[in-house]
This record gives sequence, structure tokens and C-alpha cells, in this order.
Amino acid sequence: MLLAAIGLLLFLLPLAGLVVKAPWSQVGPALGAPETASALGLSLLCSLCATAAALVLGIPLALLLSRTSGTLRRLLRALTTLPMVLPPVVGGVALLLAFGRRGLVGSLLYQAFGVQIPFTTTAAVMAETFVAMPFLVIAVEAGMRSLDHRYEEAARALGASSWTVFSRVTLPLLRPAIFSGAVLCWARALGEFGATITFAGNFPGRTQTVPIAVYIALESNPDSAIVLSLILLAVSIAVLVGMRDRWLGAP
Amino acid sequence: MSLEAKLTAERPGFTLLVDLSIAAGETVAILGPNGAGKTTLLRALAGLVPVKGHVSLDGEVLDDSVTGRHVPTERRHVGLVFQDHVLFPHLSVLDNVAFGLRAQGERDASRVAHGWLDRAGLADREQSMPHELSGGQAQRVALLRTLATQPRLLLLDEPLSALDVTVRAEVRRELSRQLADFSGVRLLVTHDPLEAIALADRLVVLEHGEVVQEGTPEEVTAHPRSRFVADLAGVNLLRGTAHGDHVTLANGTEVAAPEAGQGEVFAVIHPRAVALYLARPEGTPRNVWRGRSEDVDLHGERVRVRISGPVPLVAEVTPAAVRQLRLDAGAEVWVSVKATEVSVYPA
Repeated sequence: MLLAAIGLLLFLLPLAGLVVKAPWSQVGPALGAPETASALGLSLLCSLCATAAALVLGIPLALLLSRTSGTLRRLLRALTTLPMVLPPVVGGVALLLAFGRRGLVGSLLYQAFGVQIPFTTTAAVMAETFVAMPFLVIAVEAGMRSLDHRYEEAARALGASSWTVFSRVTLPLLRPAIFSGAVLCWARALGEFGATITFAGNFPGRTQTVPIAVYIALESNPDSAIVLSLILLAVSIAVLVGMRDRWLGAP
Repeated sequence: MSLEAKLTAERPGFTLLVDLSIAAGETVAILGPNGAGKTTLLRALAGLVPVKGHVSLDGEVLDDSVTGRHVPTERRHVGLVFQDHVLFPHLSVLDNVAFGLRAQGERDASRVAHGWLDRAGLADREQSMPHELSGGQAQRVALLRTLATQPRLLLLDEPLSALDVTVRAEVRRELSRQLADFSGVRLLVTHDPLEAIALADRLVVLEHGEVVQEGTPEEVTAHPRSRFVADLAGVNLLRGTAHGDHVTLANGTEVAAPEAGQGEVFAVIHPRAVALYLARPEGTPRNVWRGRSEDVDLHGERVRVRISGPVPLVAEVTPAAVRQLRLDAGAEVWVSVKATEVSVYPA
């Protein structure tokens, strides 16, 4: 019991500290500050772009995963879930080595088109997608595996082409799984720090997302850092409350 | 219009081996115990299971393992109705019925679908979602969804077995009416003999992946060729070797039967022809064995008693006889069957 209480306190105390020590009178002005607004806007843009990218790339990947079996499946699964366990900063380094100016693919891009990805908003989106997409893939794959495939067979027997079956039967049936996967993915992307700061750097208005702004501001302007932290906490609680039936309600 | 199918399909545990031809306008019921391969056969004909062999519909080859031809499900024009309706849960009743029509490029899909629902008396439910329907309504909508695409071959997989007994009769009547209006080939899979007899012109009995018997319901039940069919018809089925005036069973017991012929035969004894006595009966019956009452079951006003012994049989007696012979107590009895009550036909 005591250990459990200590465990709970470990979760609870920092949250309490954040709420109690928050400069509540400063919330209004801090929110109005241009650097805060720019970080918030950029975070929203990057996390939504990353979620969109994860939807476009992750759903086909989840379908591929659900249709393979054996060694290939284990291999693909390990590959897609690796970013979930990989330290984000390592992910950032890896992205830099692949897409940096002297990277595996980046050097070709630079030579051919003069394109540089690192330290741009695109890099921030890529870093967030890299870290957050597995959450979507896992959710959609699980949905796909628990799907009753007779719906698809019924649709085929009614004369529907593969594309019609996918767009009018499979996708709508997967909607709950896709939705919860996308929310999870978005929340992860919003909080992304390690891979983003490594691959995209800290350029206010370009790559300085809220988590990075929090880290930087903690030195110079702690009040602003706390307010931004409160915003991220509020978003997390909102996600948790919004998805409670799916995550907390299940016995 | 007709279906010709000569196919084998490998499934875990058994091989399906079927040679079947069905004329248009004919309803064939595939009857068999669970795991006999009935559903596999339907799925094979629908193109959902890979097969070896040859399947053609109205002269068009759908499967041919020699030429490698395989027409995918969506281009076969087959209608598949499942045991539980499998209506798309995210679409309204109207959109479910219109689904196949839209897939076929019908511009007026909603109007045509409405027409089907209206004729079936379901127009007032067309904006409902599938989960709001009763089981019977959902299965009727599923049938309309399939019929609306005007398939050439209608495959029904136990269409009534998921329904409550009370609505089953109602849906069966509607199914019977719809089948009569449908001009294509009709194939019904069931394990319910009543369903088969009520809806089908011809029965095909499938066991362990192979056809063991086929014919009209009367022919099949009159001369069962398997335990499954004998149970359906409610008769005792024996198998043995005929020697003129008697049949020798595998355990050596001789069963007297006039004009039994020669060779491998089936012998059928109706439970009503099996008489039970406490003392050894005298006189005409030539088949007399010792037996033991194992199990008693009420069938309407008669009681069916399962007797073990050299010839395991089911006897049908009156409730009064059960009391007199104390049959429910695992009683030892004498069993007798008149030779003329044993019906023998070649195996």
C-alpha cells in the first residue's frame, strides 16, 4: 500500500506543483506574448501536418501489416514500432544522417535540387511523424485484425471493386480505430521534443514548437514556460477525457 | 441457365469433393452435419475459396484449373446471403439495398432499392440503421440487398438458423415466395431438415466433404444412406452383407429380411416396428435379441427408447409401455422386429 501511495505521489506531486506554482495572474499576458503565440501556432500546424502524413502513410502500412504473416510480419512490425521505444534524440540523429545535407538521401536531394531539409518546418513535421506514426499504425492494424471480413466478402459478392470495398466498407468500419489512433498520434506529435530539436533545431517561428519553447524559456522566462506547460497539460487531459470510453471505460 | 460444378477444395481437416449440376429455377439444398464442408462449397462457388476443377454458370467458365481461369467474386454475379445478415452497420437500410446497385453502376440505385423495400413491405424502415432492426427484418433486408443485384446464382448460407423460432416461420415464408420469383440457380445450405424440405426441390447430402446422397426429399428420407440422414428421417439404419433371406451385420448378428438380395446393403427399420417385451416373445417374429434401455425421450405422444445390444436400435412405444417395462430404469428387455418390417436396399 505504501509503495503504491509513493508511486501515485510520484505522478501527482509534479502535476500539483505545476498547477499550484503557476503564475495564474500572468496567464493572460503570457498567452498574448508574440513568441508564445508563434510557438503555439507552429506546434498546432506541425502536429496536424504530422497527423495528416501519418494518416496518409500509416493506414496503408497498417493494412500491409495486417495482411502479412510469419517472419515478414514480425520484421515489419518491429520496424514500425521501433520509433516508439527508440529514444527520440536518437531518432533525430538518425533523421539527420538520412536527410541531412551529407546524409544518405539528403546529399542526393541537395545535389539534384539544392533542397535542404534539416532545420526547416518540414524537418519538424518529419521528426514528429517519425515518432508519432507508430501509434496510428498499431491502432489501425489492431482494428483491421478484429474486423469481420465477411462485410468485405458481402460487398464483393454484391459486385463492388476492390477500391469500392476499401473506401465504402473497410474504411468506414475502421473509423473508430483510425480516429483513436489519430488522436493518440496527434497528442504524441504535439509533445515531441527530442527528435525535433535534434533534426529541426530551435528557430523561433520556424521550428520552435511549444515543448522546445518551454525548455528554452525555463532559463529566461519561467512564467511563460509554466503557462505553456499548463496548455500542454490541458490538451493531454482533454484527450484523456475525450477518449475515456475507449481507454478508461474498458474493464 | 444452369450451374455445373466439379471441384475440389482443400480445407484444414478435410478435402471438399463435389460434382454438382443445378438447373435454373431449381432450388437445391445442401444438407449435412456441422463441419461437412457446406459453407466451404458456397464460398468456393462464390469465388472466395481457391478451388481445383471446373465451375461454370450459364455456360460461362468461372473456374478452370486447367486453363487457370478464375473469375473474381465481384464479377461472378452471384448473390451470397449469410447466416446472420452481415448488413453494413454504417449504412441505412436503403443504402444497404442500394449498395450492390451502385457498385454495378445503376444511376437510380436509391429509387430501385426503394422499390424492392416497398414491395417487401419494409419501406417504412428504409432510413433505419441495421442495429435498429429485428433479427427477422435484418435478414429480409439482407435477402433484398442480394436479390436487388439480380444475381444469376443465389447462395444462401443457413439463412434462417440465426433467427428465433417465432420469426423463423415468417422469414421462411417470405424466402419461399422470393425464391419462387427468382429465375436463376438457387443453392441453399442448411442443417435443418425442415428448412430443406420446405424450400428445396432436391437435396444433396454432404458429409466429410463428399456427397453421400442426393434426390428429392422423399427419395432421400425413404432410403437413407448415412446415419445423418437416417437420424433426420427418424429411422434406424443398419449396414451389412445380404445373403438371400438375411443380412449379416459387421458384428456377426444376423437380421432376417425377406428378399434381401446379395452383397453390401443398407437395412432400415422404423422405430414403430421395434417391439419390446419383458419375456422372450413366442411366435412369428424371427428377429429377437436381448437389449438394454439406455435413454428415453418424449416425441409428441410417443416415447422413443434407445436400446443397446447386438443390434442398437431406437424403438417407439407408448408412455404406458415405458411404465410397464420400467424402461427408464436401464431395464433389460427383449427386442423383436418382424422380418417383413426390415427394408433392404443396396449400399
